[in-house]
Amino acid sequence: MSKTKVIEIEPLTRVEGHGKVSIHLDDNNQVHDARLHIVEFRGFERFIRGRPYWEAPMIVQRLCGICPVSHNLAAAKAMDQIVGAPRLTPTAEKIRRLTHYGQIMQSHVLHFFHLCAPDLLFGFDADASMRNVFALINLKPDLAMQAVRMRKFGQEVIRATSGKKIHGACAIPGGVNKNLSIPERDALLKDMDQMKKWAQGALVIARDYTLENLSMIERFATFSSSYLALVREDGALDLYHGALRAMDGGGNLIFDQADYRNYGDFIMEEVKPWSYMKFPFIKMRGRIDGWYRVGPLARLNCSGYIDTPEAAKALVEFKSLTGGRPNHMTLAYHWARMVEVIHCVEKIGELLNDPDLQGEDLAVKGDRAEEGIGVIEAPRGTLIHHYRVDENDLITYCNLIVSTTNNNEAINRAITSVAKSHLSGAPRITDGMLNHIEVAVRAYDPCLSCATHALGQMPLIVEVFDTSGVLIESRTREK
Amino acid sequence: MKRIATVSLAGCFGCHMSLLDIDERIIDLMKLVEFDRTPLNDLKSFTRRCDIGLIEGSCCNEENVATLREFRRQCDTLVGVGQCAIMGGLPVMRNAIMHSDDPLLECLEEAYLNSRLVYNPTNDMPNDPALPLLLDKVYICSQVVKIDYVIPGCPPSGDLLWSVLTALINGTPITTPPGGVKYD
Ligand code: SF4
Repeated sequence: MSKTKVIEIEPLTRVEGHGKVSIHLDDNNQVHDARLHIVEFRGFERFIRGRPYWEAPMIVQRLCGICPVSHNLAAAKAMDQIVGAPRLTPTAEKIRRLTHYGQIMQSHVLHFFHLCAPDLLFGFDADASMRNVFALINLKPDLAMQAVRMRKFGQEVIRATSGKKIHGACAIPGGVNKNLSIPERDALLKDMDQMKKWAQGALVIARDYTLENLSMIERFATFSSSYLALVREDGALDLYHGALRAMDGGGNLIFDQADYRNYGDFIMEEVKPWSYMKFPFIKMRGRIDGWYRVGPLARLNCSGYIDTPEAAKALVEFKSLTGGRPNHMTLAYHWARMVEVIHCVEKIGELLNDPDLQGEDLAVKGDRAEEGIGVIEAPRGTLIHHYRVDENDLITYCNLIVSTTNNNEAINRAITSVAKSHLSGAPRITDGMLNHIEVAVRAYDPCLSCATHALGQMPLIVEVFDTSGVLIESRTREK
Repeated sequence: MKRIATVSLAGCFGCHMSLLDIDERIIDLMKLVEFDRTPLNDLKSFTRRCDIGLIEGSCCNEENVATLREFRRQCDTLVGVGQCAIMGGLPVMRNAIMHSDDPLLECLEEAYLNSRLVYNPTNDMPNDPALPLLLDKVYICSQVVKIDYVIPGCPPSGDLLWSVLTALINGTPITTPPGGVKYD
């Protein structure tokens, strides 16, 4: 494609823009490529150098207001190693887990109901005025209120452990800032039964949607891929801590129980000129075939079982759809996400009844180390934080691989697949096609905030080029 | 009914999330305002002039500047929400890299060239014309357009956003919730 053509399209650069899609057609109007361009750049890895290490868990969450807790925790896990605290006190680990489950719950609910449900409930081709949370509130007020209150509950869990709902101060190097008081605990406990019921309801919506539309979903951006996730020692789903497991599309392990502090032995990131978001790949599979998916679908594919009863049942049902083989359907991310919501609610319930949460031993310290690597399963997938710190306590090196970056290649493949099936041969782009592409992007719940160290929601711009690089159509719209 | 538009420039979306932290009051808000362009719905550009524009984030690239100017043109009252919009927040930290003639270049090199995990045989940085130009420095909103009000905090709490918004909508004096204004 001719590069100058792109920047000359004045309206495209005027829109509020962080992500855009370009679609490339051959002479017969057949799509041969589609690209997601990430257009923001922060430079966090550089400007965090020279800052004291204890600032990192606080500052880094400002990369993303949708999953700040994940960044706080991943950075703190890295800093645990710096301050020589490989093992936290039970109170500290459980408080961190509590806030993490609250975070994943609120993020998944927000993503499923506030952002995606309008597509699923009203149809991908619904009028644009219907495709938003306000329409959901007007048309399905009961469901919308459940979503609002479930998200609120997750946020209240975060506030109880962090002092604030967004960008609080939960984890510090070696532990946490506070425990959970009895009144704070009781305030949360009183909503538990309600949350469990609503989480089941949300699961039913996501599952039934998948089963009722299975023939479409099996074709919609469905492709075999490798998967990467943290799992517990025994292979159970563990969102807070574990070792890395990667499997190929046939379900064969590429590696398992890999210590995440060696992530550099397994993963590299390719730079491509057309996006600020890098393209990670599993080294031993090579640059071309090494791409993989992360997030709820990858976690369920990689996990042998779940250690909470209702989510365990939900996982068995989820896996039975594909006969225990990896599920490759992009839109199955939604179902997987709601299985995780159940798991989080169950875990919150367990933890709230644990007296360790009222313990007084909040933080530990040991021998200082120079390097720390923290990995966590954030709502959107595996999140890697890596720091080095000098003898003056200042950060000298930082590398972040955030969840959405791990899904970069997959999202590009998803939109290419949808563009091929919905646009190939069509003389012009319809609004319906545009939304189909967004539906595919949204399934991955991309948080381009983190990925570019920029924003969470992206407006989409779709450009269509012919083989000579001439722009023949461009449409823009925000998510 | 008042019209309101919101945008996230170089911010983390946390201020928008905080707006959702008004929780059930979103129903009351929908009775008071109609949303024009906002990342929360599918409106890409302004459909008409708005009473209130809420700006999250600062300006990192040329698109941010153009969008902010568009908001100034289209909104009667422009409100800078959160520390990024007011003082630059996290993104502005890149301006402050010490002993550097070109902080932006250093940031790009760190991300795309220097890491031993990066596969980049050509040593090129992302440079496609599809990517908007990054600004040499991060600029705060008031360096680009006039901002009428600011709501401090990172992010301002949902309660604070609620009090300020309802006051602006109803034209009444702003009463902040007790202990509700924080400058973090
Ligand atoms: S002020 Fe804070 S919450 Fe708001 S966009 Fe900036 S970093 Fe995010």
